[in-house]
Amino acid sequence: MTASLTLNKITAQKGISIAEAASRVADLGWTPSYVQEAMTFPTDYKISKTPRDPMKQVLRSYFPMQEEKDNRVYGALDAALRGDMFRNVEPRWVEWMKLFLAIIPFPEISAARSMAMVGRLAPGEELRTGFTMQMVDEFRHSTIQMNLKKWYMENYIDPAGFDITEAAFGKCYATTIGRQFAEGFLTGDAITAANVYLTVVAETAFTNTLFVAMPSEAARNGDYALPTVFLSVQSDESRHIGNGHSMLMAMINDPSNHQLLERDLKYAFWQNHAIVDAAIGTFIEYGTTNRDKNKESYAELWHRWIYEDYYRTYMLPLEKYGIKIHHDDVAAAWDRIVKKNYVHKTAQFFTVGWSANFWRIEAQTEKDFEWFEHKYPGWYAEFGDFWKWHAKLSVPGETNILFNSEVGYSYPHRCWSCMVPCLIREDFCCDEVDGKMYTYCSEGCRWTHKVAFAAEYEGRATPAMGRFSGRREWEDCYHGWDIADAIKDLGFVRPDGKTLVAQPHLRFEEKDMWTLDHVRGHQLGSPLRGFRALSPIEREVAITDYRKGFKINPCH
Amino acid sequence: MSAQPSRAAAKPAFVKSGAAGSAVFPGSESRKYNYFEPKGRKATHYEDMTVDVQPDPERYLLQDWIISFPDGTPTYSKDWTAAKSSNWHKFRAVDQEWERTHYQRQSTICGMVQNTIENGRKSGAPARFDAAWVKILQNHLGAYKHAEFGLGTSTMQAQRYGYTQMVNNAILTNSSYKLRFAQDITLYLSEIGLDLPGFDIAAGKQHWLEDPIWQGVRKSIESIMGSNDYLEQYFATNVVFEPLVGELFRSGFLMQAAAAQNDFITPAVVSAAEADYERNLANTVELFHILGEDPTHGAHNIALFNKWLVKHADLAFDAANHLQPIWSQPRVKVTTFNDALGHAKNRIKGIATELGLKVPANLAS
Repeated sequence: MTASLTLNKITAQKGISIAEAASRVADLGWTPSYVQEAMTFPTDYKISKTPRDPMKQVLRSYFPMQEEKDNRVYGALDAALRGDMFRNVEPRWVEWMKLFLAIIPFPEISAARSMAMVGRLAPGEELRTGFTMQMVDEFRHSTIQMNLKKWYMENYIDPAGFDITEAAFGKCYATTIGRQFAEGFLTGDAITAANVYLTVVAETAFTNTLFVAMPSEAARNGDYALPTVFLSVQSDESRHIGNGHSMLMAMINDPSNHQLLERDLKYAFWQNHAIVDAAIGTFIEYGTTNRDKNKESYAELWHRWIYEDYYRTYMLPLEKYGIKIHHDDVAAAWDRIVKKNYVHKTAQFFTVGWSANFWRIEAQTEKDFEWFEHKYPGWYAEFGDFWKWHAKLSVPGETNILFNSEVGYSYPHRCWSCMVPCLIREDFCCDEVDGKMYTYCSEGCRWTHKVAFAAEYEGRATPAMGRFSGRREWEDCYHGWDIADAIKDLGFVRPDGKTLVAQPHLRFEEKDMWTLDHVRGHQLGSPLRGFRALSPIEREVAITDYRKGFKINPCH
Repeated sequence: MSAQPSRAAAKPAFVKSGAAGSAVFPGSESRKYNYFEPKGRKATHYEDMTVDVQPDPERYLLQDWIISFPDGTPTYSKDWTAAKSSNWHKFRAVDQEWERTHYQRQSTICGMVQNTIENGRKSGAPARFDAAWVKILQNHLGAYKHAEFGLGTSTMQAQRYGYTQMVNNAILTNSSYKLRFAQDITLYLSEIGLDLPGFDIAAGKQHWLEDPIWQGVRKSIESIMGSNDYLEQYFATNVVFEPLVGELFRSGFLMQAAAAQNDFITPAVVSAAEADYERNLANTVELFHILGEDPTHGAHNIALFNKWLVKHADLAFDAANHLQPIWSQPRVKVTTFNDALGHAKNRIKGIATELGLKVPANLAS
């Protein structure tokens, strides 16, 4: 055999180029002349330019590539079991996965559905191939995540919470923010939902904290499965980001779209910040046991992925097209994370509400305190006593921290817009929409409900824009209920019919576990009902008082 | 900072491992998704991956849908089809497809198709195709790829509207199969075109848009794409168009005639679509059978499906008849149009009977 002879040389034959293949596939579409295509989901945008498919991939190469990715993922899961991963995994981390993995498959499949909404909007067929692949990708993500969750359920010490996962997703006060996230992808104006909110903002910016930053933390906690699955998921995102950008570029040259684009970039950024930072910030900062001071905090990760990567390199260049960028909101979101303790207050809220959760939250310890103080100076003064109280009150028989007046925590209002509670007290605000009073966590969320989700925007009719609906204040669903009855109704009780799924600790012995009887005797109430019942003068007093906040009492 | 740890009252029990079985406590053995009724004795993996991922107010959605369209229509609405069900959650896809099985199957098909084309081309097969047959592939298989694409985009649209995850995912995989096959044909023709001097890759689209032979098919496809009812789209695709036109052209012509024209490649490429259809048909029959047997809405649904059947069968039958001249074009005749159409009519009759539907008069003979 001569040195120059290779198998490739023997078997190679002339083929068509990738660009040619993509171009011929794009030519499969045509403009119907006998019957018009079914009415698509409407948009108020005008799309006159044909978007280009930057990836130029065809399904013949896509399916084998994805199968290979899958083989790596499932092989890694098998390897993790053979390597006894769960012997060394940190339960503190896996417990938070009960919440995260209850939420995420629905946003994923919602993204698949939303491809139907954009698929017929753009002229030309080129990008439809991109949307097709994204549709199948999102189907992949949703079911691969359901598989991961099942795998945790089968192999982790405490499966309770994983076993009720999709039922819990529909009912829990915390997963409600994930539903807001997902429904935003596929309801209302098709471009607002499926292009700007989903691909331009959620996928381009926030999947980096979701699917890149969070897996790193998982690995630090002995969980190699989550990074395997989610980095594989993230590898599909570049294609989705390309779809989003291409569609954006097909609209951006038409100045009549600028007003709506500015509205939607602002709405989408603020909602993503309020929802994703609350949830993922909590998982990363409070789900970990790794307190290496050299690693990045969530604030530092945010600065890298959202500020530098998205804001500076993706959003700012849009200004050259005449788009006014909402710089103030980016600064405000940053302040909420680094100065106003948004993530820490969210973790605190989830912990106060632990008994109505379907996962365990153990107390942070001295080792954690030191790291938090190092990364967020002033943290200990505000949150140290709270976590001590949580540890102290984690024993069955103690008064549930949610109702324990000794602690000094004051239950928050729910934000009607992002559905995270109004945790940064000084930013609390309210407004009337269609004659009804609503509460909001921030000016950005007030604007979203009152101004963005309306039939008119700055004097321009927006007939395609969605509306907020449903029973958006979770607390209202159980107003006047005893918390034990509410937990039972939620289904957050273990198979013995009495032990709570949630526990305020990681002790795996029956004697340490809380039951319905331990929490019975306290009523839940809707803060909004009380707020609406106030007179205007009383309301002003209540607002002033709320904005002052509260102080956790010392825990001895 | 205080150095006072306050965990004395809560000294942890020392469980070293986070692995299943390392402690026994209430719920420690609850290792199955327990929030839905499996179809069989035990939940299948497909069911675990699929059921209830798309929630609704009847299934745990405590706060209802929280965003609506401007007219008040929620994120998912039962009104998006005229069909009614007393239990939309009953349906399970017969092919049990979830992401891993879908990619495995699609990838296997891609490999099979690509290998067949590559090896065929290496052996110089396209140059040995009968000249009349090459024209048929260029003009008519080239036109037909657009029909497959139309069904793919139609089902891509339809997968947004179903009331449950099971319905939508079955329609989604249907879409994925159709779009792959449309691309399979496109790339196949492009590649053999490299070996066939004068082969006009653009001719297929021209025939699709202008040739009278194809205008019935185009009208039938555009009528499916133009329906505002997602289940009508799904029904018309698999219950009507596929047996009456899709299979007629694929199995009733291409796969039977090709070998006699020295073409062993086309049947292999096309065979994948026949296997895809068997799965899509099984899912479709299961869904429409459930709806037809619905204890409350069965009669309404059967009447509706009969209406859809008449509407789309008229179009598809007309489309099929317009294709007749193609059967005369190969130099070596293997099968007649009438035989193929008779087979197609039997096929649709069988499907309609399975669903308890009345076979339209023009198909009954």
